[in-house]
Amino acid sequence: MSAANWRNAMNSGAGRAAMRARVSANGAGTLVAGDRALPPISIPTFWRHIGARHVVVILFALAYPWFATPFFTFQIGAQSLALGLIALSLTFLGGYGGMVSLAQITVAGIAGYGIAIFGAASAADATISLGWPWWVAVLISIVIATVCAAFIGWLSVRTEGIYTIMITLAVGVAFYYLCLQNYSVFNGFQGFQRVHAPTVLGVNLRDAMPFYYLALFWSLAGYFFVKYLLRAPFGIALQGIRDNPRRMNSLGFNVTAHRIAAYALAGVIAAVGGVLLVWYNGLIGPGSVGTSWIINILIIAVLGGMRHPIGPFLGAVVFVLLQTFAIDLIDRERFNLLIGAVFLVIVLFSPDGLLGWWAGLKSKFLTPRGGVR
Amino acid sequence: MRKSWKIFWTLVIGLPLIAFVVWGLWDNTRLFVVTFLNGMTLASLYFIVAAGFTLVFGLMRNVNLAHGSLYLLGGYLGFLVAQHTGWFVLALAAGFAGAALVGLLMQVSVFRFMPGEDLRQTLVTIALSIIIADLLLWWLGGTVHQADAPELLSGPLRDIPLIKAYSKYRLALLPIGIAIGVALWLFLNRTRVGMMIRAGVDDRAMLSAAGVNVNVLFAVTFAIGAGLAGFGGVIGAVELSMAPGEDVRLLLASLIVVIIGGMGSVVGAALGASILGLAETYGLAYAPTYSVVFTFVILALVLAFRPRGFLGRPA
Repeated sequence: MSAANWRNAMNSGAGRAAMRARVSANGAGTLVAGDRALPPISIPTFWRHIGARHVVVILFALAYPWFATPFFTFQIGAQSLALGLIALSLTFLGGYGGMVSLAQITVAGIAGYGIAIFGAASAADATISLGWPWWVAVLISIVIATVCAAFIGWLSVRTEGIYTIMITLAVGVAFYYLCLQNYSVFNGFQGFQRVHAPTVLGVNLRDAMPFYYLALFWSLAGYFFVKYLLRAPFGIALQGIRDNPRRMNSLGFNVTAHRIAAYALAGVIAAVGGVLLVWYNGLIGPGSVGTSWIINILIIAVLGGMRHPIGPFLGAVVFVLLQTFAIDLIDRERFNLLIGAVFLVIVLFSPDGLLGWWAGLKSKFLTPRGGVR
Repeated sequence: MRKSWKIFWTLVIGLPLIAFVVWGLWDNTRLFVVTFLNGMTLASLYFIVAAGFTLVFGLMRNVNLAHGSLYLLGGYLGFLVAQHTGWFVLALAAGFAGAALVGLLMQVSVFRFMPGEDLRQTLVTIALSIIIADLLLWWLGGTVHQADAPELLSGPLRDIPLIKAYSKYRLALLPIGIAIGVALWLFLNRTRVGMMIRAGVDDRAMLSAAGVNVNVLFAVTFAIGAGLAGFGGVIGAVELSMAPGEDVRLLLASLIVVIIGGMGSVVGAALGASILGLAETYGLAYAPTYSVVFTFVILALVLAFRPRGFLGRPA
């Protein structure tokens, strides 16, 4: 949907006028969000926004599977990307919409269950799985997950602030218990096994390298989608709502509609991540949407930092590395203790996550006068 | 809401409910009454745990997501004490004291230093809940711990009309829940500390300006709230059982109870606990695989029509 459509759909006339006034008042169409001015991106000027660090990161990500072992490509690379994509939806909602939703893994799980139910799963569950073509299953799953995300949003935006976290947590845990109890649709405790990525045009997406590139493609798509959205009128209005909902309301913006739309958009991102995650795991069950994963997604987002869309991917890499190699540091059983302690340290000492820590280091050592870049 | 709409919704929700009650009584009276008692006894456990949650939230705006872990801690402590001494009353005291101590530590060493930062406090409670749950798992393992009811309350109570027999312990939970509710109400409404807590709920800054040491008050409230979770844990160790994962279950129950009942209100917690307890047990008895759906539908309906819960007030 184009920017103009958004404005028409979302705002009344007063809102449009206010927006124009505000944009012109800020000079060259900038609006200060956080600590940095964000110029709007249009497609022709898009390339100007790509700096050296972007090129380095993308080249590294593209070249990664050529020098990494299949284990590192699949277990570390692809898993980080899939988890990062789900956490990205939380960063978008929490960092830019001011709504920390704990139900993002639930949305991803709904998409994952959709893949298993509409598509093909293992023979034992053939009575439930409908066995439709994979692309039909993927499309339907993402649509259903998005609708559910919008519904969760509709429920939780009725109250504000800290209440959001409670309501979305309740929704997430309730979905977990539903999956656990229900056998006719969700196949109870066992869930679905052998939910595999399809073979497309002769390329088996189950293999490490094709799956990695699939995950990378959608992660980049999600990343740039969020980057674009944040500078589109909708994203700027959303950040305005985060900072001061009452003012935005009196400026004529429909706060509730913006918030629900943010939930739905985050739902699309989480759903894509959920499809990738179910293909990565090859199975889905109540354990995939349980409290530990609800909290893990939050940890990933907070660990990386909620101030920038790269944060969740950074957090996901650290999380996956910890999860994989904690066995060498401490007992495998005590992973939760380690991740809990890491999370506690981050929350206590660096609320903006690793990115905030990095920015703090940078301003300390690179610019002695502080703050000037 | 206009009066005619109120009547309309009362009818839409009330008539099917009455129809269900009539059908349930006619179809299988015993099952219906037993389910009702199960629901109310479960509700009194939910109330005890959720009252602590709502007390802490009402005063400090601190969503203590480690509340379930404190419940688990209290339950394990109670189990161990009951096993070693055989005194159930001592187990209750140990559960309350242990959880209260941990809660006090949390407030004094962490939350005191981040006043007003709701989200950060909540994230800290999440981190603490992971750590506590894992430490408990490390300490006591993943097996199910089921404490025995005290001698006086073990076994069924026989010769009740309609339902023949019912567990004495579960029946005793009803008066225990009511007693705790009344005690809490008296504490909040009739004592000096309770008065300060109520004043703090309404206006924290003003209370501080009036010369009350808010930090001490917060510590006391947090200890009582956490202690109630531990107390509930000991009761739950007999009524349900203690195992890893029970913390999440009670946390979910506490969340739903306070969302339905209204955050920061003890009477609301009683109302929410009754609704949740009844919905859960009737759901389990009459539609086992979808019982959580009823809970969810109730949650959605309450949020749709009364976003602050039945007795909640604007924050």
